[in-house]
Amino acid sequence: MSEIVKVGMADLNVCVSPNAITTLGLGSCVGIVLYDASSKIAGLVHVMLPDSNKIRNNENVAKFADTGIDALIDKMKLLGANRTRLVAKIAGGAQMFAFNANNDMLRVGDRNVEASKQKLNALGIRILAEDTGLNYGRTIVFYPENGELHIKSVGKPLIIL
Amino acid sequence: MSNINLDQMDSMQFDVLKEIGNIGAGNATTALSTMINGKIDMDVPIVDLLEFKELPEMIGGAENIVVGILITLEGEINGMMMFIMDTTSAFNLVNILMGKSLSQFEDFSEMELSALQEIGNIIAGAYLSSLSTLTNIRIDASIPYMSIDMAGAILSVPAIEFGKMGDKALLIETQFCKDDSDVKGFFILIPTLESYNIILASLGL
Repeated sequence: MSEIVKVGMADLNVCVSPNAITTLGLGSCVGIVLYDASSKIAGLVHVMLPDSNKIRNNENVAKFADTGIDALIDKMKLLGANRTRLVAKIAGGAQMFAFNANNDMLRVGDRNVEASKQKLNALGIRILAEDTGLNYGRTIVFYPENGELHIKSVGKPLIIL
Repeated sequence: MSNINLDQMDSMQFDVLKEIGNIGAGNATTALSTMINGKIDMDVPIVDLLEFKELPEMIGGAENIVVGILITLEGEINGMMMFIMDTTSAFNLVNILMGKSLSQFEDFSEMELSALQEIGNIIAGAYLSSLSTLTNIRIDASIPYMSIDMAGAILSVPAIEFGKMGDKALLIETQFCKDDSDVKGFFILIPTLESYNIILASLGL
């Protein structure tokens, strides 16, 4: 029987097929799935903030896009994933409330998405698909068995990336 | 001036924040009772410092649908304040206020939605004004913004702000009831780190 590994806010974990990995209710946070298709190992990190260098209190590496992705890769390598085969799918980074955009505090969803992409680019990890931005929450489930990312939102049809 | 780290707060600082929560929630209940022109009972608020992972569990899990009303703060204190309630509470509040018996958001017209937003505004406003009186600090609040979505997604907004300061969030749970209609709500006050220091310093800590 396969199980679904749960990843919380500012948290990361890995799974191997036939198991799946999920994070519930992504808002302005970004869920980054990394995946090695040949070993069917997947990892998911639920990051809250773009940059660990801007925050003094940065012990929790999974909280930030930059350190979270690094830590996730390390954890996947321990399981036997091949670093050079990793590809990514990302989701989240919504703006949950309709504020005036001039408030920097409130654009954090966009900034999380940008920072995640920058980090992945810098590492040479290709982003196969993304469902980011807009103004609603997302629950995501990734199945390493077939590489599908399922995205559920309130009152919206299921998206499969 | 005190320098606060939410992860290592001393009991004195915690008690002060707790007391601000109590008074704020009390004022909010009074405002609500005036609005509906009826008696509202309030339980003693529960104040908790929670890890991010635990936060959505407090309000029925990350996928539970909730109503979040958010107000941004400017002036001498910067940050945001959020009032969250589950859908049952939202229906109860609107029904009490408008004399209806609705039980799903699909039945809400613009009228009910803006009533809900206004309720949130009044509750949050009462809360903020007690904070302002207590600390003698001027706080300017924005108009209320409302979102109805998964608890995890709504909570991500205040959690991210807390995330800049540490790995925990301060949650004030308050419960009112009128006759048989329970309304359970959560306040989350998120001053910026500097503003926390200003609040505590204004109280002599």
